[in-house]
Amino acid sequence: MAAPTTLGESLRQHGVSRRGFLKFCAATATMMALPPSMAPAIAKALEQARRPSVIWLSFQECTGCTESLTRSSSPNVENLIFDVISLDYHHTLQAAAGDAAEHAREQAMHDNAGEYLVVVDGSLPGPNANPGYSTIAGISNYDMLMETISGAAAVVAVGSCAAFGGLPKADPNPTGAVSVQDLVKDKPVINVSGCPPVPMVITGVLAQFLTFGTLPELDEYGRPRAFFGQSIHDRCYRRPFYDKGLFAETFDDEGAKAGWCLYRLGCKGPMTYNACATMKWNGGASWPVEAGYPCLGCSEPDFWDAGGFYKALSVPTGAPGDVLLTAGVVGAAVGVAAGLKSRSESKQAAKYHDKVTAQELEEKL
Amino acid sequence: MTPMDFLLLTKGPLFSLAIAIFAIGMLIRLAEILTLGRAHNYATPRGNGVIPGLRTVYRRFNPDPGTFKRAPFDVIVGTLWHVGFVVALLLFIPHVELIKSTFGIGWPALPNPIVDAITAITLLALVAALVHRLRQPVKRFLSTPEDYLIWAVTFLPLLTGYLAYHRLINPYPLALGLHILSAEIFLIVLPFTKLTHIFTAFVARYYNGAIFGRKGIQS
Repeated sequence: MAAPTTLGESLRQHGVSRRGFLKFCAATATMMALPPSMAPAIAKALEQARRPSVIWLSFQECTGCTESLTRSSSPNVENLIFDVISLDYHHTLQAAAGDAAEHAREQAMHDNAGEYLVVVDGSLPGPNANPGYSTIAGISNYDMLMETISGAAAVVAVGSCAAFGGLPKADPNPTGAVSVQDLVKDKPVINVSGCPPVPMVITGVLAQFLTFGTLPELDEYGRPRAFFGQSIHDRCYRRPFYDKGLFAETFDDEGAKAGWCLYRLGCKGPMTYNACATMKWNGGASWPVEAGYPCLGCSEPDFWDAGGFYKALSVPTGAPGDVLLTAGVVGAAVGVAAGLKSRSESKQAAKYHDKVTAQELEEKL
Repeated sequence: MTPMDFLLLTKGPLFSLAIAIFAIGMLIRLAEILTLGRAHNYATPRGNGVIPGLRTVYRRFNPDPGTFKRAPFDVIVGTLWHVGFVVALLLFIPHVELIKSTFGIGWPALPNPIVDAITAITLLALVAALVHRLRQPVKRFLSTPEDYLIWAVTFLPLLTGYLAYHRLINPYPLALGLHILSAEIFLIVLPFTKLTHIFTAFVARYYNGAIFGRKGIQS
């Protein structure tokens, strides 16, 4: 049997029912904040979509983002959509190695010039950093990214490393890591942040690209607003406990068992914008807060440096106690010295019967 | 600068800077006042000064009837917003977490809705106090630019905190960063303005009470 050329054919070959496919389209329409009447349009466009060429570049990363996409609990429509894009280059998933692998990338760039999508996961050493920190086939990450995006339609930065620099960029950033948007200025960059991102968000972005041929509306961090428009806190099922002032104070106290708010255990949900609370993980099974674990804020820039994971959001990131103690000692010493000086001055004045007029006192004020 | 950069700046280096300025400035003031001492009194004491001193620190929380009769608005609204400010500052759960991390001691806090309501009342009381100050010719005449500055630096942390809690400024890192910044301005301004009364009021009350106690007079 010939390889399917359209997404619709591929899905049917994989045994996806029409009903299952339309359910996915309706869910996608909802997530993109479109009216339900758009679902048939999405279905039609997706069915007829040609397999777009995708070049996936992995730089300074942990492969967690790829794991997130490929280790979903069961084969589902999201996975199949991922199967039916023409993933022409991906270190972890491709069979080819060495020259053949690099040739596949060059071939895809050549055949689909101006139309292919580049997906990047991982940050990369910036143009001024030592390129030796991360190379592929002897090519520095920077050179490979710049060469590959030259003919791309758009770049999708998957994961917080690609979107914001992530763990490699965390203080003290030994490899001079930068994000994709720091380097790519002349192509649209979509940031799908998260450590790792919710798989459905990646497929949702691809679905929009296939359906409308357009890129989603982005927030100020270049993230699709449909998925990153609301905070974890605002959509959290534990929010009523926050509003009532009921908090777990340790991981095994009565509050934790009763499912109360995890703010005091370090939950960064109030500052974190992601779709975990609504879309959940592992096929909608659960998500970190539901599992009793505070949100780390992994979809926000510099979350590694944003204070301890188990410290409340209001706790300062420095060492305020030490600063306060040192400053207090200095202040007290200076104050005592100033007080003693004034005291001896006034004693001297008393001794020599110095006179002072009201006008002089007025001038001193 | 992204909102997140702003939040991390206010939560990190700026906070350290603000509490350093606050601690150095305030302790210079207090240590100087305390080491200056008081002029020696050669008269035979009629009583001990310590207990009356401490008692006066407490008793001055109650307004005397004369003041209440002359200026009920000032007493009621003034008490209202002072208490509200202290409650919002010391009994809001995120603040208790902050205090615990800085001073190493914590205490029980109030449920969020109660602090929220108290904050709203405090904001209204502060607005009323400002309107009163502007509309009363005597008060307006007596007011200096510093008084309006103090009003603003007191009002802003409450306002930004209220807006951040209700998530009326987006994205949230910007809201929280603005709130922390306004609190830092308060801390930096505190030792160099009449805001020092937060600490010196108690020293003054004690001295007053102790002097009267020494003379054997009730204060």
